[in-house]
Amino acid sequence: MIRATFLAFATLLAGVLCAQHEPASEVAHATEAHGEHAGEVEGFNAGKLIMSHIADEHGWHIAGDISLPLPVILYDTRSGLHMFSSARFEHGHAAYDGYMLHDGAIKAVDAAGTIDEAGSKAIWDISITKNVVSLFLVMIALVLVFTSVARAYTKRAGQAPKGLQSFMEPIILFVRDDVAKGAIGEHKYQRFMPYLLTIFFVILFANLIGLIPFFPGGATLTGNIAITLTLALFTFVIVTVNGNKNYWKHIFAMPGVPKWVLVILTPVEILGMFLKPFVLMIRLFANMAAGHIIALSFFSLIFVFGATSAVAGYGVSVVSLAFTIFMTFLELLVAFIQAYVFTFLSALYIGGAMEDHHEHKESIV
Amino acid sequence: MFLSALLDIGTGYGIAALGAGLAALGAGVGIGRIGGDAVQAMARQPEAMNDLRANMILTAALVEGAAFFAMVVGLLVVLK
Repeated sequence: MIRATFLAFATLLAGVLCAQHEPASEVAHATEAHGEHAGEVEGFNAGKLIMSHIADEHGWHIAGDISLPLPVILYDTRSGLHMFSSARFEHGHAAYDGYMLHDGAIKAVDAAGTIDEAGSKAIWDISITKNVVSLFLVMIALVLVFTSVARAYTKRAGQAPKGLQSFMEPIILFVRDDVAKGAIGEHKYQRFMPYLLTIFFVILFANLIGLIPFFPGGATLTGNIAITLTLALFTFVIVTVNGNKNYWKHIFAMPGVPKWVLVILTPVEILGMFLKPFVLMIRLFANMAAGHIIALSFFSLIFVFGATSAVAGYGVSVVSLAFTIFMTFLELLVAFIQAYVFTFLSALYIGGAMEDHHEHKESIV
Repeated sequence: MFLSALLDIGTGYGIAALGAGLAALGAGVGIGRIGGDAVQAMARQPEAMNDLRANMILTAALVEGAAFFAMVVGLLVVLK
């Protein structure tokens, strides 16, 4: 949980760095689905392989036996702060300092090496995990790209864009013209541009970095539900803070319906208020996680067939590789679409919370 | 009998897979209709293509969201 809070804070930092006027600044408290257990399969365990690629890790596996150890930071309510390299765990084979890695989660162990369940509950794991490192990479990429683009605008004011600037400009204009102006309205959209651009590019960069199959990539940030929860929470807070009289009236006392209907309608509307960001969270998380699971499943087929006979393995590898490449290209499309959908829906919700017309505009969801 | 089938791990996996499949079926029908109608609308009114495309992607994403709920539930059963 603390780790998720840390992730949330880091996301916030990324947001603040590349857009100076972040409307909301809060630290999210997120519960993280911890320690996924893969289903047991005989021999080559495709489920376990896939899940270990999807899940967060202490340490970043690169290739073969090479892996990048990452710092483990623990706060133990009994003994204070502990900091050491995740290499000390030797991939879950060794205990260090009274702690051990068990199914991806850090547990307290006694001298004999048995897991102390009560002691494990006292640990707050705020380690720099694979996803946190990936988040830092996204942050650095965003800061580098956008400071360079921003500098180009001041230096080349009034001239045609050049280089990276001309690559980013259409995307930024797309977010402004097609997303913000359309969903929030001509007059009020400007206040929310920093947030919408930030969220769009954070998701886009995270998705794209997750698609790179080797080292600096591979960790699908947006395939982690704590991250998407944080992003959705930002939208929720912005919508709630900016909700005007009309918005609250439509939730607590929908105008134009008989009084007794309100008994049913008000709870539904209140539920809807929370459901919207919840669906935002699930959609992004499930899309990215599912895409990677499918791509890895196709890839695992080689080894599943290879376990029966080598010929079958080689035969399947051609088809399987083609499908994996196809899935990767599909994911490339999905990376853009999901960034767009998240931003557009956020903008729609913000716009919906701020509209003050009396006539009822059609709202989706 | 149904309850005992659910408690049986193997059957639980099967039902989770069935649930994911059914969700995909529903989303498939939904997205198919969205895509078909959007293409038809674009053919009738090519000048509104950009608007239609944006709405098509958005509605498809909403349908997809419902399917993902089912998928996540199925996944939770399997990963339990």
